[in-house]
Amino acid sequence: MLRDIFYFLIFPGLLFAFAGGGFLSWFDRKVTARLQFRVGPPLLQPFYDCIKLFGKETIIPADSAQGLFFLSPVFAVAGAVLSCVLILLPAFGMTSGFAGDIIVVFYLLMIPSLSYIIGAIASGNPLAGLGASREMKLIIGYELSLLLVVAAVIMKAGHSLSLHEIIAIQQQQGAFIWSLSGILLFIVAMMCVQAKLAFVPFDIADAETEIAGGIFIEYSGTILAMVKIAKSVMLLALPSFVAVLLLGGLYFYGIHIFWSILKILGVVLLITLVRNTNPRLTTGQSMRFFFIWMNLIAVVAIVMTYIGW
Amino acid sequence: MTAKTIIPVGPYHPLQEEPELFRLYCDGEMVTDIEWETGYNHRGIEKINESKTFEQIFFVVERICGICSTSHPFAYANAMEEIAHVTVPDRAKYIRSIVAELERVHSHLLWVGLAGHFIGYNTVFMWAWKYREPVLDLFEIITGNRNSYAMFKIGGVRRDIEEKNFTTILNILDRLKPKVEMLMKAVVDDPVIHLRTKGIGVLTRQDILDYCAVGPTARASGVDIDIRRDDPYAAYPLVDWKVIVQQEGDIFAKAVVRFLEIFESISIIEQCITKMQKGKPAEIETKVKDIPEGDGSGRSEAPRGEVFHYVRTDGSNSPVRHKIRAPSYVNVATFKKSCVGQTITDATLALAAVDPCYCCTERMAYVYDARSQKKVLDGAGLIRLSQERTRTLKNKM
Repeated sequence: MLRDIFYFLIFPGLLFAFAGGGFLSWFDRKVTARLQFRVGPPLLQPFYDCIKLFGKETIIPADSAQGLFFLSPVFAVAGAVLSCVLILLPAFGMTSGFAGDIIVVFYLLMIPSLSYIIGAIASGNPLAGLGASREMKLIIGYELSLLLVVAAVIMKAGHSLSLHEIIAIQQQQGAFIWSLSGILLFIVAMMCVQAKLAFVPFDIADAETEIAGGIFIEYSGTILAMVKIAKSVMLLALPSFVAVLLLGGLYFYGIHIFWSILKILGVVLLITLVRNTNPRLTTGQSMRFFFIWMNLIAVVAIVMTYIGW
Repeated sequence: MTAKTIIPVGPYHPLQEEPELFRLYCDGEMVTDIEWETGYNHRGIEKINESKTFEQIFFVVERICGICSTSHPFAYANAMEEIAHVTVPDRAKYIRSIVAELERVHSHLLWVGLAGHFIGYNTVFMWAWKYREPVLDLFEIITGNRNSYAMFKIGGVRRDIEEKNFTTILNILDRLKPKVEMLMKAVVDDPVIHLRTKGIGVLTRQDILDYCAVGPTARASGVDIDIRRDDPYAAYPLVDWKVIVQQEGDIFAKAVVRFLEIFESISIIEQCITKMQKGKPAEIETKVKDIPEGDGSGRSEAPRGEVFHYVRTDGSNSPVRHKIRAPSYVNVATFKKSCVGQTITDATLALAAVDPCYCCTERMAYVYDARSQKKVLDGAGLIRLSQERTRTLKNKM
């Protein structure tokens, strides 16, 4: 019990995940800045942002459903941290997880987005409502693609539903990405991660220049800081998920620490590059993108996996 | 969502950072109607000008718009020179055209950046604004200011361009051209940008004629108008250039028109400088002693379209009436055509596509009581309201 609380709150839970996610969001911002001829923020800027937001006044709209509005960022943080813990524990080899944890992680990764939707609708702002409806459509779009990726990975791992075994099989046979189907799956997974993180070209739910922040428009102070924490934890959880599924997992000993960090940074770098070389898509376009193209690629990859390519 | 939701863009624009309000009446994500409101920042410039001398007015009209701050003095100078029957020396004409065209370059680059920011393409935003920076340096070399140049006066210009600066200016322009070409390729060849801008916010030729839209907005819809050619002024008849026209009328065509106009402007500046280098140093102004009674109108092609100034004088040293019409005032009205029937995503993009300048469009706003048709909330009424509010707040404390 005590150990579980330690896992959830300290390592690899809240504290570690926030530190790692904060570093990754600094990395993302710094690379973005260098691409745009800017200097970029100092290393600790994401943490300064959060500390400052915690000290700010929290405004709760009078005509909102106040309890839900206040609680949904808390759920978002809890969901993000829990999924991060369940991914990183087997990845670091600290526990062997449990059979079927890949399914649990898949659903836990959805919780932050769902919380944002609930919070946005609870705020009672028309722009937030619009953002929430966009986020819902986007979720409907990408979840199926991500599910297909997970299914293909399970097939590749000899029908194992445990993250620990998926990593073990990749250790023996080499990472799944070193096959034709693996590359296709990686492309689909990256696009889903991009959409889950709400980065350009899929930042339609909180498009600041169209609907002024959309789902987060009414958030301020402490609860906005919670949203930021949930987002940076997701920035660690999702690349780790991709690394575990397709890139051969993460290790927490010796020289392998270096390789693990490099894998995560590589995935984040790809995300950053995509978001800096594309304009925002519309809702319909991104739905079509996932429903037709990404699903098609994922299905092709599944067939190729079945054949053994 | 209910059948009609109002999505407000404003009263302070989230991106353009100017006070305006668009009410998008939406059915789901579809815009069914649009209303717009300005008047948050009315400055009464036409009235102020009636109490200024003719020379002072240049500095007032320069501040109507921060981005195209030469187009208004240009049109005003044209109007005053029509009243005083002054011919401007050739060298002054060239300098005037150089400043006006540099302004077009910087204004179009600024729009490209903002448009990139609008569709979430922040890299284009930052790159365009970085490439705009040397243009502002050019302004500093030529006029001494990066913005609000204070260059014009009745009968000529205030500062000459020194001989030693000609090569510097040409060098900076030479270095600018490949960068703008690169930026244009990045925007015009990007398939995702095509998805977002082609066929969106289309204004047909008839729409443009109905709403009297001007400038790049009109030229992107196949309406071939340009004051520089149709009502020649300054050095434009003396150099070789062409009016850029596209037929599609969508947002993409507007971007293409603006990009190609940047190259035309650079070419005009280069020709002006070459002609000035050939000629000898000469007068840069015709001295004007006094302004006779009469009236005159002046037009100039601002980066956003035609600027119109009308001035009536009575022989004293200040105008009796000064009427100004900025291009955004007519361009903004086309939103009724370009936004209705689009999704909110596309409509917000169409709102930016005409490059609206809200401080040019500011007009006095009245509040009418719908029943009695009487004016309510005039100046005295607002003060009374404010005092009452303060009193109730004080009582609460």
